[in-house]
Amino acid sequence: MLSRTAENLYWMTRYMERAETMARLMTVGYRIALMPSSGEGTRSDWGSILTAAGVEEGYAEKYGAPEVGAIEQYLFFDRENPSSIASCFSRARDNARIVRTAVTTEVWDALNGAYQDLKHLRPGELPKLCDWTRRQTQLMRGAIEGTQLHQDGYDFMSLGYYLERADNTARVLDVKYYVLLPTTQRVGGSVDNYQWITLLRALSAHRSFHWTYGGDYVPSKIAHFLILNTTNPRALLHCSSEVSYHLNRLARAYGHTTEAQSRARALLGRLADARIEEIIAEGLHEFLAAFIAENGDLAQAVADSYLFGPK
Amino acid sequence: MYKGEAIRDTYRTLAEWADRLGPGDLAAKKAEAEALFRRIGITFAVYGEGGDPERLIPFDLIPRVFTAYEWSRLERGVKQRAEALNAFIRDIYDRAEIVRAGRVPAPLVFRNVAYEPSVAGFRPPEGVFSHIVGIDLVRTSAEEFFVLEDNCRTPSGVSYMLENREIMMRMFPDLFRMMRVAPIEHYPDQLRRTLASVAPVRCDGEPTIVVLTPGAFNSAYYEHSFLADQMGVELVEGQDLFVEGDLAFMRTTRGPQRVDVIYRRIDDPFLDPLHFRAESMLGVPGLMSVYLTGGVSLCSAPGAGVADDKAVYTYVPEMIRFYLGEEPILKNVPTWRCSEADDLAYVLEHLSELVVKEVHGSGGYGMLVGPAASKAEIEAYADRVRADPADFIAQPTLSLSTCPTFVDQGLAPRHVDLRPYCLVGRQVSLCPGGLTRVALREGSLVVNSSQGGGVKDTWVIAD
Repeated sequence: MLSRTAENLYWMTRYMERAETMARLMTVGYRIALMPSSGEGTRSDWGSILTAAGVEEGYAEKYGAPEVGAIEQYLFFDRENPSSIASCFSRARDNARIVRTAVTTEVWDALNGAYQDLKHLRPGELPKLCDWTRRQTQLMRGAIEGTQLHQDGYDFMSLGYYLERADNTARVLDVKYYVLLPTTQRVGGSVDNYQWITLLRALSAHRSFHWTYGGDYVPSKIAHFLILNTTNPRALLHCSSEVSYHLNRLARAYGHTTEAQSRARALLGRLADARIEEIIAEGLHEFLAAFIAENGDLAQAVADSYLFGPK
Repeated sequence: MYKGEAIRDTYRTLAEWADRLGPGDLAAKKAEAEALFRRIGITFAVYGEGGDPERLIPFDLIPRVFTAYEWSRLERGVKQRAEALNAFIRDIYDRAEIVRAGRVPAPLVFRNVAYEPSVAGFRPPEGVFSHIVGIDLVRTSAEEFFVLEDNCRTPSGVSYMLENREIMMRMFPDLFRMMRVAPIEHYPDQLRRTLASVAPVRCDGEPTIVVLTPGAFNSAYYEHSFLADQMGVELVEGQDLFVEGDLAFMRTTRGPQRVDVIYRRIDDPFLDPLHFRAESMLGVPGLMSVYLTGGVSLCSAPGAGVADDKAVYTYVPEMIRFYLGEEPILKNVPTWRCSEADDLAYVLEHLSELVVKEVHGSGGYGMLVGPAASKAEIEAYADRVRADPADFIAQPTLSLSTCPTFVDQGLAPRHVDLRPYCLVGRQVSLCPGGLTRVALREGSLVVNSSQGGGVKDTWVIAD
């Protein structure tokens, strides 16, 4: 397969995953803002969402202080924001259009249909917009799983999904732990509890948390669920193990391994050996920052080994 | 079917069928066809007009029909012309016998913008420069076809020929049972074999073929991806290719893979920034030197364009006599060359009766259709011709044949032209069909899709 084709498939799924994360983040922000708190508190909640989305500066430059309407505009519709949901859908479609023959008609229909619908969406009902986004990305995911041949192209699409998702989960978690709660005294308070629940909800993990752990929301359990639980599809360990799995499939198909496989193995090994108590004792933020950097290096190694071709 | 005459026999079955169907059903079928086109994503863009960059080309349901007898004559004529054009290009980059013999003026060849000095003395595999020759034809009576122009570089539109047929077969299977329509679906395979037959001398084993596109923003991108897909070869952009040593490679996820034949859909000046335009981002640095040392084949060959401008066109009948020793089967439209004083005087006096075209123009842009133009337009155009006469040619307005076409008022005659696609490799072959373009506006003679033209399926009926 052409390196550029692989690159297009990889970015197509990365953008879809990013769109989904944006929708989840907005849901978190929306729910947090609904709870009773001082005006100042609401503002910092939305601020933390913008930080998690990595668009704090871009937003501040354009709109100044966080405000729901402007945030909806910036995170959903604004084409000048490269991470907005509209931008993500449009870029995902551009990537798919270039390699139109490498995706099935069903996948193209799912993506093209979403892109056409998007033109008719109007601001004002944030929860509906977020639901719509999640439905579209899942439709696309289903089309890929159900119709694409499970060849190298499928592996590159999966790599796009899981590398992006690992990065997104780590960032969402980091914001929750680090920005919202810079000091440990307030942990365990009722505000805090509500925010943890909202976080789990946003990751569609609210009920599955209970099924897995039962009982109370304890920060360490939540952290374990989102970092080290292999059964949680958004946990870091799960994502890294999928990345490693698809890289190994590529190595087998192509008959040689690259730097990407050794990096993925190293990252997976460290995660698998980690214990949540140690991670928290040594600093969750430091751990997450290191993970984000390593995950980024791994994505670069994938690009260097496969997507950019020789030289 | 001709103006004022009864429907030809070939169309009788079709006419009866259309009558049975009735206008309501036809309209419904037309909407169905358009939905299919949009779903598949068969679109084209018109440069410089803004609007939707992914536009549909209007498709007419009523096919254009040729009998096998009519077609066999056309086929001989098209092949004859394609061979003569290739002989001409081969000759002018070799000893230029036709110029020495005084049959074609030297400046027309050697000062032509499309003349490529670096390939002088180079003989491409099988001596073929133009591998896909698209010849635009019009019919003026039962026996008479005129050639409007030759396209020796990278004629587009063949994907419409194939997709139009697909859609017709899907929508009207009963018609295909009633009429024995010659199949065309082997065209991509024929194209692949033609390209493989001109593999470079240094290619060992089965040649690797690619289609080279300028990218997804090109107006014909759909066609590029369609042809690559149908042939089962990679669709590459310049950035996917690179030169190492004296060979060309593409970047794949498995590492570099050697490329032998490039069906390029980008123009000469953009092929290789080291050789042509340095600022071009589309090309592959070093590609020309690999080509000239027999490491890769380029289709069409650089320099092939010299045979298809509108001034060289007037000499094609000469070429056929000179190289093949035959009389042309297809006629040229009588043409006045404004570069010649007598012709210029005649043209300026008769602008209101003539069609005047720019020598290097294409796509129906920048031309004057005398009978349809206002006095002011004619005056303005006359000034342009006087300013640079060598840049213009003029032709009489032909009484083009028409073909029944489905319009708002029902079935009505509309003017059509035809572009068959002749493949030239080790062998010369012509697919029994082509792209029929139709001027959808009543009375209009301009069939270009950029100016309100549509397309039809083209049928050759077995006797």
